[in-house]
Amino acid sequence: MNGAARFARRIAPQLAILAAILVLISIVFPGFFEVRIANGRLYGSPIDILNRGAPVALLAIGMTLVIATRGIDLSVGAVMAICGATAAWGSTEGYALPATLALSIAAGLACGLWNGFLVAVLRIQPIVATLILMVAGRGIAQLITEGAILTFNQEGLIFIGSGSILTVPTPVIIWMIAGLLFTLVVRWTALGMLIEAIGVNLRASTLAGVNSRVLLIAVYMASGLCASFAGIIAAADIRGADANNAGLWLELDAILAVVIGGTSLLGGRFSILASLIGALIIQAMNTGILLSGFPPEFNLIIKALIVLTILVLQSPATRTAAIFFRRQPGTDPADTRTVTP
Amino acid sequence: MNARMLPLIATVVIFLAAYAVCFIQFPAILSTRVVGNLLTDNAFLGIAAVGMTFVILSGGIDLSIGSVIAFSGVFIAVMLRDTGLHPIPVFVLLLVITTLFGACMGATINFLEMPPFIVTLAGMFLARGMAYVLSIDAVPIDHDFFDVLKDAYWLMPGKGRLTFIGGLMLLVFLAGIVLAHRTRFGTNVYALGGGAATASLMGVPVARTTIAIYALSGFLAGLSGIVFATYTSAGYSLATVGVELDAIAAVVIGGTLLTGGSGFVAGTLVGVLIMGLIQTYIVFDGTLSSWWTKIVIGFLLFAFILLQKGLVLVSTRERGTADRPGRGS
Repeated sequence: MNGAARFARRIAPQLAILAAILVLISIVFPGFFEVRIANGRLYGSPIDILNRGAPVALLAIGMTLVIATRGIDLSVGAVMAICGATAAWGSTEGYALPATLALSIAAGLACGLWNGFLVAVLRIQPIVATLILMVAGRGIAQLITEGAILTFNQEGLIFIGSGSILTVPTPVIIWMIAGLLFTLVVRWTALGMLIEAIGVNLRASTLAGVNSRVLLIAVYMASGLCASFAGIIAAADIRGADANNAGLWLELDAILAVVIGGTSLLGGRFSILASLIGALIIQAMNTGILLSGFPPEFNLIIKALIVLTILVLQSPATRTAAIFFRRQPGTDPADTRTVTP
Repeated sequence: MNARMLPLIATVVIFLAAYAVCFIQFPAILSTRVVGNLLTDNAFLGIAAVGMTFVILSGGIDLSIGSVIAFSGVFIAVMLRDTGLHPIPVFVLLLVITTLFGACMGATINFLEMPPFIVTLAGMFLARGMAYVLSIDAVPIDHDFFDVLKDAYWLMPGKGRLTFIGGLMLLVFLAGIVLAHRTRFGTNVYALGGGAATASLMGVPVARTTIAIYALSGFLAGLSGIVFATYTSAGYSLATVGVELDAIAAVVIGGTLLTGGSGFVAGTLVGVLIMGLIQTYIVFDGTLSSWWTKIVIGFLLFAFILLQKGLVLVSTRERGTADRPGRGS
């Protein structure tokens, strides 16, 4: 009970922001909440937000875990391009769908393994370590597609991007299941706690017996896995692999989603659900700006202002000031970080 | 020999070796014409990379410079189109804006105690967004003064042209070298990169230095925007996407430690030239695709980071503090 209440309080700000954005859009664009079924699939703006937000939501799942270890994965956009290109290549070479998917997922895991190796074994700062693949990744994707946009016509693969199961678009189902599975894996076991321990203090948790090396590699591989799902969806959506533009700058959106979700870039406590809501907030903003006829030029400025607001709210300096002002007679002096009995 | 010099020496050796390989295949690559073009084509990247060197030396990172360059181009083009101002006051105004922009990011990083990565990410969105708001179309620059700037050159022996913007880049590098190694500000930057807490105990004005570093980076990004506008004769809000990554790569390949505190501004120049040389080689070859540039640069990044890791490891072993991450000093 107490845990559930605390969890509700944890994601309350994100839900409030999302609700506020949705209400704002529906004021400007009255037909916003209309959802209808056509050709056995749900249509409507809310569904669109869930569907278009799939790549960022998937990336945000892996990014949450990486950021919780005090790391960052800049390469996810490039890994998306690599995995999309691999899937398209497999499909044009005539491999069956399972083989194509396995190839693409293996590519994503291999990219994650490389990043994890650099971070955990060679002890390179995560920003720099993942920068290497971010720079080189698109070149590698170009190698696979041989510089062209590789198109394919495999029904099964296209289904992943634009099909639907029980009227729900496939990408939505994929990111929801992925989010659920990752949450279960890290929260039903001690994994989540160990990841947080690494993020708070790598050395201390290593000395306490956490196998930080293996765990760090696993976290980066999880990020690569999520990026491969996102890459397959992005490629299946346009029925082709575009090595230059697939997932371009999505790493920044994914990081933003995690930050909006309240996971600190300094590592430690994380919430996958809050990051997913963060991804939906970003997508709702994009869709909302388009729907309301507001010039899309302002999209980036609004994003920047939101990041700045969150920075101010998350800043250690602001937190100190908040504690200072809260220390008045009659109020609860407890900091949000201290555990109340 | 100082171990700190090793990355710089490695960079220079790689550059000379790469140039030699290119020369064996295409003897024409040694002509001053190619050298002149190498400087001109990479002028905007080089100027921005000087600012990035200071930021990285202090242990920070600046993701906003690509957007600031694009914003500068659009700002210049729109101002020249819509007002009757001469380019020089426009340049001054622009440099004031970008310097203040950088200073604001530095202040945010310092006073909110937030990681530079996410603060400058917000700056990147903001600058690109401002460029979009000014104009989403490419705006041509048509002014006599720009033609003068573009056509100004000094004829080197062998008919190579050292253009104004190429020369400006070299001057900026010279100023950067003096600033980094011969002034109190430069010493403060190195001290900050060695550790903010230590620097503050040593009496380094951390707040002032941090703000000044990002202001400098903003100023140089603005200057780089002017050079880019001269180079392309247009302002376009979608231009120079990802230049911050090229600049970071040039700084790392130039031998600066990404954890801060160790490196040379001169190394960055060689880093920029190596990246330019790869592109020149691809142009000369004609059959290779341009995406090989990315792969080679990625590989070079990896090689240099490994080299630095090895050096740090060796220098810490020598001092007998095997566990503490050394700064290679």
